[in-house]
Amino acid sequence: MAGYPVWNQEAARSIIAGLAHLEGATLPILHALQDEFGHVDPQAVPLIAEALNLSRAEVHGAITFYHDFRTAPPPRRVIKLCRAEACQSLGCEAMVEELAETHGIVVDGEPAGDAVVETVYCLGNCALGPSALVDGELIGRVDAARIAGLCQQERAQS
Amino acid sequence: MSAAAAIRIFVPVDAAALSVGAEAVAEAIAREAANRALPVEIVRNGSRGMLWLEPLVEVETPQGRVAYGPVAAKDVPGLIEAGLVEGGAHPLRLGPTDELDWMKRQQRLTFARVGITDPLSIADYRAHGGFAGLQKALALTGAEIVQAIKASGLRGRGGAGFPTGIKWQTVHDAAADQKYIVCNADEGDSGTFADRMLFEGDPYLVIEGMAIAAVAVGATRGYIYLRSEYPHAHRTLQRAILKAEAAGLIGASILGSGHAFHLEVRLGAGAYICGEETSLLESLEGKRAIVRAKPPLPALQGLFGKPTVVNNVLSFAAVPWIMDHGAQAYADYGLGRSRGTLPVQLGGNVKRGGLIELAFGISLREIIEDMGGGTLSGRPIRAVQVGGPLGAYLTAGQLDVKMDYEALAAMRAMLGHGGIVVFDDTVDMAKQARFAFQFCAKESCGKCTPCRVGATRGVEVMDRIIADVERPKNIAVLRDLAKLMTDASLCAMGNLTPMPVMSALNHFPEDFDRPPLPLAAE
Repeated sequence: MAGYPVWNQEAARSIIAGLAHLEGATLPILHALQDEFGHVDPQAVPLIAEALNLSRAEVHGAITFYHDFRTAPPPRRVIKLCRAEACQSLGCEAMVEELAETHGIVVDGEPAGDAVVETVYCLGNCALGPSALVDGELIGRVDAARIAGLCQQERAQS
Repeated sequence: MSAAAAIRIFVPVDAAALSVGAEAVAEAIAREAANRALPVEIVRNGSRGMLWLEPLVEVETPQGRVAYGPVAAKDVPGLIEAGLVEGGAHPLRLGPTDELDWMKRQQRLTFARVGITDPLSIADYRAHGGFAGLQKALALTGAEIVQAIKASGLRGRGGAGFPTGIKWQTVHDAAADQKYIVCNADEGDSGTFADRMLFEGDPYLVIEGMAIAAVAVGATRGYIYLRSEYPHAHRTLQRAILKAEAAGLIGASILGSGHAFHLEVRLGAGAYICGEETSLLESLEGKRAIVRAKPPLPALQGLFGKPTVVNNVLSFAAVPWIMDHGAQAYADYGLGRSRGTLPVQLGGNVKRGGLIELAFGISLREIIEDMGGGTLSGRPIRAVQVGGPLGAYLTAGQLDVKMDYEALAAMRAMLGHGGIVVFDDTVDMAKQARFAFQFCAKESCGKCTPCRVGATRGVEVMDRIIADVERPKNIAVLRDLAKLMTDASLCAMGNLTPMPVMSALNHFPEDFDRPPLPLAAE
């Protein structure tokens, strides 16, 4: 997932223009911007507001309401670790503790090297948990060592 | 080699199968077959739902499909050596797929094709009965379709169990220049994955169901609101919609009938509340997903204020079968007021987890013990959560209850979207109760005070109970808070968060009376 281009106001404007005709275009636009730049820069707010005839407050409200949208560039690798009930039943909370104690990786904390591990609630892999989503790929029966390895792999590559 | 002579080998492309290495298995089979010049065609199917056996490889033989699993990439050379392509003997050979106990026990109506066909092949879909329901619906009036759905007894599979036909009737009877069909695919409940499997394994089924709804109520536009945690399902659905449009199945004229139906997938953005239908509609409109007060009902003033059918994935997916085989045939499955079949999703700490579609009426015990084989850890079952994060925790002694909307409601539990999560005896139910509040605090939309503030107060009360601070008083506060949230919250998020909490307290009181853990040494 590494290598997003730096935020470019003109490129953002063109992405917004390409989607503004959709009904309820806000979320498709926010997703498209985040797919392109890895985040939705606050500079996008006035552009979206103008294109969709919304107030800046409405656009800012939408960006901040949803957990997915980031307002700053992400680390090179984002690991989403499921911590919902089905994964809890298979020890995901013990895994979170082990990551912190043994590997120095704090879930939802500062990035470990160039990777960050974030909490997510359910990836739909509840019969093969604990689960994680890494760069868009789903991993089942995951353990702390594998998560730590994925963080380190990113460190080695970067 | 001629294509006709190629032996078809099935390796699932379902995200769960991929999560345990199906991609590497498919590559290894292709590589081994090429090395040995074997005429093999690899089909990437959906999952059969036997998730503990994934990656499950099947080979088509004159005697039917033979299953092997769970297959790792390193097993592939040995499997090919053992005669995989003829269904040869091997320690991983499970036998003919349809003869496996897990498959034989099921009544697959909605999931009939999942795992059998190539998910994106329209020809395969048609060859297995696809679009027959839509064809029949096109010969009927909207009112006749609505009548058939009513007669089938189909109730909303999202959790609320509202009769689908009555919802359709309301939209059908409403006069408007634009109506919408919206599919709620924000499958956020932990322990549920049926929607995901269906989209990845048989995407045209939901498209067909939505098209039938559009014809029935006179809608011309539709949206599938899919959660962003399902990137594989998203890709498959987008491709399926493009192919369905290109083939004239939907778009300007459904199967050439003159009914227009334009369908789009929209991606959520990680908000659990969007599974609530009015918050989903707000999100589709591009706003913060704040729950709306009802009335007005979405059926009358839904998306952009227009009459809107909002149904769950599994509700739409049941429709083509009903139209094809008749309402009575569907209603013949099930019991009481729960008619038809329910795709049950068995997960958590269970030996054999997966997707089981059965008529309503099977007991939880049969599902968890007979089909699931007990816990994965081998320890005793202590608690079972049914119906997602807002569902009740039941004890091992309560598992004889039947899967039925009313039977579960009678024991202050709920069926929800059919998810079952098993916990062994290491679970701490006070922690689970605390988590229910914590989850609600994180995911509440914030519109109503009982949910927004109550969830945070709930976490604090649970912290005091766990720390053994004035337990009797705090348990009294907890009960009071639960009653308030149940009675006064605007939607199911706040109404039902007390369900897991109170079931934990009432069914597992000993966990609320443990000595507090010593503070960790600094």
